[in-house]
Amino acid sequence: MFNYLLRRLITVIPILLGISIISFAIMQAAPGNPAVMTMDPTISAEARARQLEALGLNDPIPVQYVKWLSGVVRGDFGLSYTQRRPVMEMILERLPNTLLLMLVATILAMLVSIPIGIYQARKRGSALDYGATVFSFAGLAMPNFWLAMMLIMLLSVQMGWFPVGGVSTLGADFSILDRLHHLILPALVLATSDMAALTRYTRSSMIDVLNQDYIRTARAKGLVERTVVYRHGLRNGLIPIVTIFALMLPTMIGGSVIVETIFSWPGIGRMFISAVFERDYPVIMAITMIAAVLTVIGNLIADICYALLDPRIEY
Amino acid sequence: MLEPKQYRPLLSVNNLRTSFFRKGVELPVVDDVSFEVSSGETLAIVGESGSGKSVTSLSVMRLIPSPGGRIMGGEVLFDGMDLTMLPEKRMYDVRGNEIAMIFQDPMSSLNPVLTIGEQIAESLRLHKGLSKGKAMHKAIEILRTVGFARAAEIVNEYPHQLSGGMRQRVMIAMAMSCNPKLLIADEPTTALDVTVQAQILDLMQNLKKEFNSAIILITHDLGVVAELADKVIVMYAGKVVEQASVRELFNNPQHPYTRGLMQSVPKLDQDEDRLFSIGGNVPTPDNFPKGCRFCTRCPQVMPKCHQQQPELIKVGDNHLSRCFLHEAADV
Ligand SMILES: Nc1ncnc2c1ncn2[C@@H]1O[C@H](COP(=O)(O)OP(=O)(O)OP(=O)(O)O)[C@@H](O)[C@H]1O
Ligand code: SF4
Ligand SMILES: [Mg+2]
Repeated sequence: MFNYLLRRLITVIPILLGISIISFAIMQAAPGNPAVMTMDPTISAEARARQLEALGLNDPIPVQYVKWLSGVVRGDFGLSYTQRRPVMEMILERLPNTLLLMLVATILAMLVSIPIGIYQARKRGSALDYGATVFSFAGLAMPNFWLAMMLIMLLSVQMGWFPVGGVSTLGADFSILDRLHHLILPALVLATSDMAALTRYTRSSMIDVLNQDYIRTARAKGLVERTVVYRHGLRNGLIPIVTIFALMLPTMIGGSVIVETIFSWPGIGRMFISAVFERDYPVIMAITMIAAVLTVIGNLIADICYALLDPRIEY
Repeated sequence: MLEPKQYRPLLSVNNLRTSFFRKGVELPVVDDVSFEVSSGETLAIVGESGSGKSVTSLSVMRLIPSPGGRIMGGEVLFDGMDLTMLPEKRMYDVRGNEIAMIFQDPMSSLNPVLTIGEQIAESLRLHKGLSKGKAMHKAIEILRTVGFARAAEIVNEYPHQLSGGMRQRVMIAMAMSCNPKLLIADEPTTALDVTVQAQILDLMQNLKKEFNSAIILITHDLGVVAELADKVIVMYAGKVVEQASVRELFNNPQHPYTRGLMQSVPKLDQDEDRLFSIGGNVPTPDNFPKGCRFCTRCPQVMPKCHQQQPELIKVGDNHLSRCFLHEAADV
């Protein structure tokens, strides 16, 4: 197992390199020099040249890439064009917020979808099954920016139940309740589409499993339905769902860009949007790489889950 | 076979009727089926694919897939209780404890993610109230009796690590773990090699002798019937068409369908699939003829057969057959 993971990690390296080269190249291909645009237009030509030199922008592009890469390996993503401070520092300030949001959204999606999907599989054709199906398709179809705005309008602005944004009440002392209060809406919006997808997958996977012969064997043993479904069914039913899970992470990263922007959530998603508008290339590169790494980690977690769930998998 | 002094059937199925529903249409997959089995006795159910053998046995266990299927009528008297009336809660004590079942496909009948030991111990903990450790101990013991020399290691293995024959022995171990009064084996050897088949059947015979269980053996293989069964019911399209002791059935088959089966017993060079080779196919439940269900294939079909359904008629000692020919003979 350990060896397998190690091997997997090694195969991941060329993938990450490829992603970095492509993103680097795309940004170089964009016209204009964003570093220059962010400079004070009144400074002298020498000053400007000095700054360009300091940012390493006078080097040929491959050299710039290699320099960038050697920095990244040491955990240094360079300086932000706009803020003139280390990108790594900016990311470390915000990444925990994003990870927290994604974690809570993931847990929320699991806690809601898996039980609902199982229930639907057990009672398929029932009114509740149809109801849940309608809801999941609605959840899949609904754009999350729209959902976010509706929730803010209804629950925050009109009812006043939730704050309209931010991670905590300004100026208040740290309190878990306050943090949770701020988390609920953005996490809910971020979780919605995955929740819907996960419900559908759980339903179909469990329908499949509950029709298997070994479930009939379990029933023939005299086990009560609950034991049949959860002890004999669920572990088998979760195996295909793990894959979906790994795929959820990248969509969550994408979703967090929108959700963080709407809810003024100071995470890397919102930072990414402003970096794109300001063409702050070092920041864009760094976040792209972090997204890639998170995706890879998601896949590795999925692999570990497979191994834990399914004894037939050999490494 | 039927010794009057101890004769009191353990299981007596009377006029069982089980249907599936497709688009609101009732498909009478098991229609008016009756039979009895006593302790220490083996009843064989034979018949072509789709004749309702599995549904009959699942009805006894009350494991008909629902929604979709339902027991519509009749009674299943087991040890004096009508299982069709028993609350589901009481059924949990019957299944796996008093009536156990072995299924056709050992490859898919064991849970792939639980160890063999866990799967056997589960029944023991549930029905016999054994602790985890004691149940595992007992599981090892039972695996030894079904012929695993490495029983202590097998309990920690998963189904995919075992061969088909081994898995079926695990299924038998699981089924016998609580000493059931009745064992239902639904084509227990169909998926196995011939040599393994013999071992499994031997094993079932030994267990029957040891525990005096009753056995319902569902099979396609008339050779197996001749060897193991005490009595036989022949099913066709959801109905019992003939019922007799083994000797009587083989010596004196009465129903045209049974005769067809006997004639198509395989020659040595034939393979399993070709066993039943009466011309034509069993009608599907949505397509049952109005009269005798065998009338579409019967070599002796008469005009009357298309109009009316024949009743089971006594044609000898403990010998019933469902055919108009017997009436004609009487007149
Ligand atoms: N879950 C189900 N839903 C609908 N119809 C079913 C279902 N299970 C069985 N049937 C139908 O019931 C009929 C009898 O099936 P059954 O499985 O009892 O046959 P069988 O005699 O056991 O055949 P085989 O030798 O192939 O096992 C078949 O026509 C089958 O299509
Ligand atoms: S009743 Fe008629 S069709 Fe049916 S088995 Fe007898 S002779 Fe054949
Ligand atoms: Mg069958």
